[in-house]
Amino acid sequence: MTRIFALAAVSCALMATTALADGHCAAGKTMTEGKFTIATGNPAYYPWVMDDAPESGKGFEAAVAYAVAAEMGFAADDVIWVRSSFDEAIQPGAKNFDVNMQQYSITPERDEVVDFSTPYYSAPMAVLVSPGATDTPATLAALKALKWGGVGSTTAVSKLADIVQPDGDVLLYGDNADVNAAMSANQIDAALFDLPTALFLSAVMIEGSKVIGQFPADAGDDLDQFGMLFEEGNPLKTCVDDALAVMTDNGALAAIEAEWLQDTTGVPLIK
Amino acid sequence: MANDEAGGLSRRERYEKQQRRRSSLIAAASTLIVLVALVVLVPMAPGWEKVQKSFFNGAVLAKSFPKLLDAFKINLMIFAWSAPAIAVLGLLIALARDAKSPALFPLRIFGAAFTDVFRGVPVILTVYLIGFGIPGLGLPRPWNSPYIWGSLALILTYSAYVAEIFRAGIDSVHHSQRSAALSLGLSERQVMRDVILPQAVRNVVPSQMNMLIALQKDVSLLSFIGPVEIFRQAGVFKSLLANFTPYVGAAIIFLIVTIPATRYADYLMARQTRERR
Amino acid sequence: MAKLELRRVVKRFGDTTVCNGIDLDVEAGQMVCLIGSSGAGKSTLLRCINLLEPIEDGEIFLDGSDISIPGLDPQSVRGRIGMVFQNFNLFPHMTALENAMLAPRRVRGLSRAQLQPEIENLFEKFGLADRMGNYPDQLSGGQQQRVAIVRALAMRPEVMLFDEITSALDPQLVGEVLDVLLLLKQQGMTMVLATHEMGFARQAADKVCFLKDGRIIEEGPPSALFDTPQMDETKAFLSRALK
Ligand SMILES: Nc1ncnc2c1ncn2[C@@H]1O[C@H](COP(=O)(O)OP(=O)(O)OP(=O)(O)O)[C@@H](O)[C@H]1O
Ligand SMILES: [Mg+2]
Repeated sequence: MTRIFALAAVSCALMATTALADGHCAAGKTMTEGKFTIATGNPAYYPWVMDDAPESGKGFEAAVAYAVAAEMGFAADDVIWVRSSFDEAIQPGAKNFDVNMQQYSITPERDEVVDFSTPYYSAPMAVLVSPGATDTPATLAALKALKWGGVGSTTAVSKLADIVQPDGDVLLYGDNADVNAAMSANQIDAALFDLPTALFLSAVMIEGSKVIGQFPADAGDDLDQFGMLFEEGNPLKTCVDDALAVMTDNGALAAIEAEWLQDTTGVPLIK
Repeated sequence: MANDEAGGLSRRERYEKQQRRRSSLIAAASTLIVLVALVVLVPMAPGWEKVQKSFFNGAVLAKSFPKLLDAFKINLMIFAWSAPAIAVLGLLIALARDAKSPALFPLRIFGAAFTDVFRGVPVILTVYLIGFGIPGLGLPRPWNSPYIWGSLALILTYSAYVAEIFRAGIDSVHHSQRSAALSLGLSERQVMRDVILPQAVRNVVPSQMNMLIALQKDVSLLSFIGPVEIFRQAGVFKSLLANFTPYVGAAIIFLIVTIPATRYADYLMARQTRERR
Repeated sequence: MAKLELRRVVKRFGDTTVCNGIDLDVEAGQMVCLIGSSGAGKSTLLRCINLLEPIEDGEIFLDGSDISIPGLDPQSVRGRIGMVFQNFNLFPHMTALENAMLAPRRVRGLSRAQLQPEIENLFEKFGLADRMGNYPDQLSGGQQQRVAIVRALAMRPEVMLFDEITSALDPQLVGEVLDVLLLLKQQGMTMVLATHEMGFARQAADKVCFLKDGRIIEEGPPSALFDTPQMDETKAFLSRALK
C-alpha cells in the first residue's frame, strides 16, 4: 500500500511543473485555476489528519485528498489547505474551498443544501464507554440502560435515537473534548461515535475509557458514509466522483484505509 | 360658526385632533415604506433564494418546531428555579456588602470578592468550570447532574449582577429616609426592611427585569455541558438538515416569550408611575 | 430638673466644629425656638439631641439621665424624642396611615387594629381624617408635614424636635402647620424648634436662643430677645431677619 501512495506521490511530482492540461476534467472548475483548495477541520485530528498538518499527506483524509488530487491531475504543490467549520460549509454564499473534507456523513437532507461526492469511507458506529462502565456487556439491552451522551453536531445523535433508543435523556455536547469532560465527571456512561474516532478517543483522549462494541455499518435507517462536501451545484463533483471511482476500482482507496485506519475487526459487533 | 361645524370642539381641540391625524398618517406611511422596502428589495438581492432556503425554510421550520418547543420547556424549567434563587442570593449579597457591624466584616469581604469574581468571568467559563468541575470531584448521581451545577453557575453569576443592581437601588434611596426612620426609633434592620428596601427594590424593577430577560437567553449556555435545551436542539437540527432555519425557529420562540415580558415590565412601570401621581 | 438638659455639647465634622459647647435647658411643656443664620448649627444640634449624630464632648440629659453616653443603644431614646424634618421625609411607598403606624407597630409591638383608634384620632385632630389612605405624593406640602408630625406623635414621644418644618412650604400653607404646633403646646408637649419664623417664635415660644457659629450667644424670653437684644450679633441678625 505504501507503494501505491508512493506511486501517487511520484505522479504528483511528475506533473508538478505542468499546468493543468485543457483536456482535464477539473480545468476551469476550481476556485483558483490550476489549484485545488481543500478545507479540513480546525483542528483536524487523528486518524483523519496527523498532527493537524494536512500538508504532510499523513492521516486517512489527508492521504485520500492527495490521491484524489493526483487522480484529477493536480500536483501536490497545487493542493491548498484551508480550515472551515461545519457552519461555514453549509451557509449560503460563496465558499472558500473547492471541497470540504471532515468526516461529513452523507444524508439526504444535507444533500439538498450542498453536494456530496460518492462516499470515500463507510463508518460503522461504535460505543465508547466511560472508565466506570467498561464492563457493560455489548448487548443492546445493556446499552439502553446507560446514561448516553454525544456530540450534538454529528449524525451519531440520530443514530443513537434510531439504533440504541436509550431509556433516559441524552446529553449532547459541542465537541469531543466536552464529551471527555462529561465522562470524567461521571455525568455520562457512554457516547456514540464513528469507529475510528471512538478508537482515537479511547486511546488518546479519555483515559480508562473503552470501545466496547460496534454496530454494523448498515445498522439503523441508512448507512453512515463520509463524503466530500461541495457547494450546491459545483461542476467539480463529477471529476471528484470519477477520481474516487478509479481509486475504488484499482484498490487505492482500500490501501489508504488499510494504512491509516486501525484494524477494527477486533471490536465486537453489538447484538 | 366654526364651533358648530366641529361638533362642539374648541379651537384648540380641533387643532390637536388634526395634528394627531397628521402624525398617525405620517407614521403609517413611513412604516409602510420600510416594510415594502424589506419585503420587495431584500428578495431582489442575488443571494436571496439561497438565504431563504437555508434560513427561512418553511418545511424545515415545520419539521423542527415541535421538538424545539419541547426543548424550550427545559429552558423554562431551568429559568423557573434559577430566577428566584438569583433574586434571594442577589439580595443577600447586596445586604452583606452593606453590612456595617464589624462581626459581619468577613461577610462584606466575601460579598465584594464574590461580585468581583463572578462579574469578571464570562458566564460560559463559569458554566464549564462549575458544571464539569464540581461533579468531577466525584459526586454520585444524581448529585453530579449538569442541571444542578449548570444552574448554580447561572445563579452565582447572575446574583453577582443582581446584587450590584440592588445595591445601586439601596443607594438611590435618599439618606433622609434613613434619618426619618431612625428618628422614629426603628432599628437599623427595621429601617432596611421596611423603609429602604421596598423603595430600593421598586426603583430597580426595570433593571432587574432586563436581567431576567438576559437570564432567559443565557439559560442556553447550559447546552454546553449537556442539557438538550432549545439552542442545542436547534444545533442538532442544523447539523442533521444542513439548514439554519431551526435557529430562526428558536429565535422566534425566544421572542414569543421575551417580547411580552419586556412589554409587561414596561407596563408595570408605567402603571406604577401613574398610580403614584 | 429640666426635661431636657444640654451641657457643653460639642459636635465636629472633621475639622469644622459645628456645635461648640452648647448649654441648654428645656423645661417640661416648654417651647424653645432656635434661631440663627444658615449654617449656625441649628439642624445639627437637633440631630445630636435625637442621637442621629454622636457628639464629641458634653452631655445630654433626658429626665436627668445621660442619653449621650457612648455605646448607649440610641433606639430606645429615639422613641421618646420625636423629630420632624424640613422636607417631611415621609415614606413614599406607604399611605399616610401606614407611615404613622410603622414605628408603633415595629417598636411598640402593637397590631394595626390596636393602633387604629389612637392613630385615627391623631389624624382627625390635625384635620387629616380624609387623607389617611393617600400616598405622600397625593398630598399638599402642608398636609404632608402634618402627616409627618402625626407620624412622630404616634410613638407618644415626650419631647418633639422640629427642624424648620415650614421652610419648604408655600406661604399660604405655613399657617396650618404652625397651628398644629400651637395645639401641641396647649397639650403640654415639650418642644424644640429650629425656625426662621420670627413672628411665630415671638408669639409662641417660651424661650428663644440665638445661635451663631455653634454657640448660643444669647437666650431669653421672646419679648426680651426680640425687643431688647444685648449682643451686637443678635441685633445684626434680627435687623436682617425682621426686615
Ligand atoms: N454631615 C455633615 N458633614 C459635614 N458637615 C456638615 C454635615 N452636616 C452639617 N454640616 C455643616 O455643619 C454646619 C451647620 O449645619 P446645619 O445644617 O446644622 O446649619 P443650620 O443652622 O441648620 O442651617 P440652615 O438654617 O441652613 O438649616 C454647616 O456648615 C454644614 O455645612
Ligand atoms: Mg438647618
